[in-house]
Amino acid sequence: MTGYYLAGAFTISALLFFNRNRLFNDLLVIGFLVLQIGFTVYEYLHLNKIELGYFSADALGILLLTTLTVISVPAMYHSHKYLSTKNDSARNIAIYYSAMVVLLTAISASYISNHIAVTWIFVELTTLSASALIYHRRNNRSLEGTWKYVFVCAISITLVFIGILFLSFTLQQAGTDDLSFAVLIKKAPVLNLFWLRLAFIFIFTGFTAKLGLVPMYTAGIDAKDKAPSPAGALLSSVLMNMGFVGIFRLYVVVANSPLHSWADHVILISALLSIFVATVYMTKVKNIKRMFAYSSIEHMGIVMLGIVAGGVGFYAAILHIILHAFVKSSLFFQMGQIYRIYKSKSIYDVGNYFKYNTTGAVVMLLGFFFATAMPPSGLFISEFLIFRSLFESNYLWVLIIVMLLLTMIIWAFGKNIFKLLFSPAVGFNEDQIEKINPAESVSQFILLGLVVYLGLNPPQEFVSLIQEAIKNLPH
Amino acid sequence: MTNVLLIIFTISLLYLGIAHRLFTYIKILSFQGVILFGIAFIELNHINAINLAFILLESIIFKAIAIPLFLNHVMKRNRITRDAEPFLPNFISLIIITSIIIATFILSNAIADSRISKIYFVVAISTLFTGLYIIVTRNKIITHVMGYLIIENGVFILSLAVGNEMPMLLNLGILLDIFASVFLLGIFVNKIGDVLKDVDVDQLKNLKD
Repeated sequence: MTGYYLAGAFTISALLFFNRNRLFNDLLVIGFLVLQIGFTVYEYLHLNKIELGYFSADALGILLLTTLTVISVPAMYHSHKYLSTKNDSARNIAIYYSAMVVLLTAISASYISNHIAVTWIFVELTTLSASALIYHRRNNRSLEGTWKYVFVCAISITLVFIGILFLSFTLQQAGTDDLSFAVLIKKAPVLNLFWLRLAFIFIFTGFTAKLGLVPMYTAGIDAKDKAPSPAGALLSSVLMNMGFVGIFRLYVVVANSPLHSWADHVILISALLSIFVATVYMTKVKNIKRMFAYSSIEHMGIVMLGIVAGGVGFYAAILHIILHAFVKSSLFFQMGQIYRIYKSKSIYDVGNYFKYNTTGAVVMLLGFFFATAMPPSGLFISEFLIFRSLFESNYLWVLIIVMLLLTMIIWAFGKNIFKLLFSPAVGFNEDQIEKINPAESVSQFILLGLVVYLGLNPPQEFVSLIQEAIKNLPH
Repeated sequence: MTNVLLIIFTISLLYLGIAHRLFTYIKILSFQGVILFGIAFIELNHINAINLAFILLESIIFKAIAIPLFLNHVMKRNRITRDAEPFLPNFISLIIITSIIIATFILSNAIADSRISKIYFVVAISTLFTGLYIIVTRNKIITHVMGYLIIENGVFILSLAVGNEMPMLLNLGILLDIFASVFLLGIFVNKIGDVLKDVDVDQLKNLKD
């Protein structure tokens, strides 16, 4: 099925690229969504079945794949809305849809690949397709964002490749040349520590460009800012999850080797710095989209803290990354409507959003509560569990620092959101604002509802999948 | 013989540190491509002929001829001034690159592995860091791309170290090479030249907080 899926998706992408007819275009997109949903269902029913030698949907893969499928439907819907409000040329629209299909396909494939080199190939493909989306507006600034993104991602992909080479050095010593994750985990205790250390450092640094942690987070911020909102929603949710998959699968290998506590320290430093950087920028950023992007950096830092803390932290980290994807993508979808009303992303130009678009304002308010992990948000549960595991594993000083930083983040986030929602906008002409149909916010409500449901009352199947995903980690 | 070629390759890195003009950079890149061809030709004797031909063609045609020609074309087309415009004086660059090489040398002593020859490791890692150094200390977008191509050459050397046992990784490395070069050079340097008048990183400082 994976083979059919990849072939089908790439065919659809090619057809979208050459097609100029609007109706046929929509049909192709719907066809892709049907294929995506069918593929997800098939993979769910055939867990851990190896296909084409390099793909098998394990528990983590299927959880994130389902997340992606859930987000991809509103992403396509909002893309449609976005493109119909602008007068883009047919060629640009074709490139946009085609790149989006490739992006979603590449991310799906990298989730379920069981071989580190195959994951790497699809990560490379996401850089390519994401850059086409970022450059959609074809102006100076989007060019700048695209250039930075492509360049930083190219370097980080090279770093990941060097890491894979180091891994292959150590595997030769262990008497195998199979780079699949299953073999890596089995061989983990006997791997050469020098090479494994280098490999982990390089692969971790490389994937931070996608996951959005210090040191390589910078390019992602510009990319999410300059990409159209629906594409930004994908970049700050499912694409970040892909970086997480890359790091997590290698972390499982390292955790089974004598380097476990060393790797924890590396991740801890990176995560703390990420939360710190996010705090600094959140307090001074004036662009709402960039603020959301920095908030993602903060959440990824928290997720990695969960991984470091271990115990119940592993469970909470995976729960957090799934729920964060839903919250952040719904905020980005809503951002598209804000931009259509105010024609600006700057906090200085917006205000009194309740008056112009009540439904959208409710989404924004809820999204703010959810993203800052206040109850009833599911993120509250996962963040609470992560803090508890930090406490239990004697990282009390980390916990105190993170709590202080999070307080500042909530203040900065709230300051900007309340300005957007309640303070009147200065010098804003109310005459020609666009009326937004409340139905466009339905998908955001559904996504936020899912966050509550999965966080407060997770179905048994969901819990057991997460437990299955972390079963190879030492408890 | 391989060792001699690898040492010449390392010396070319030092030359890169003191080179003034962009055309010299291009010549060095082309020269490095030829050396990589030589190393691949001598070392890879256990892989099948088609794969070997592919790798050799990639190094000689792509690295030694096509990319330098294309860089030349891009420079002429966008009228890029010929000076590399480093932030630091060349003498300091020379010292830093030398210390990079010495540091990787010392690091390589930690390798307790008889299968991987240390010289590959030293040359590859020092090439990697030299490339990064070139990127951060030069002002033009095109020198950033050249720095990236130098990093790619380092990766190629590293993958040659396992080339006989894992040809798949070599092929992946080539995939990376082609992807990055075509993508970075072909689309972006051209596009940036069209949109921005002067191809300088200072033009790309609008996105910030």
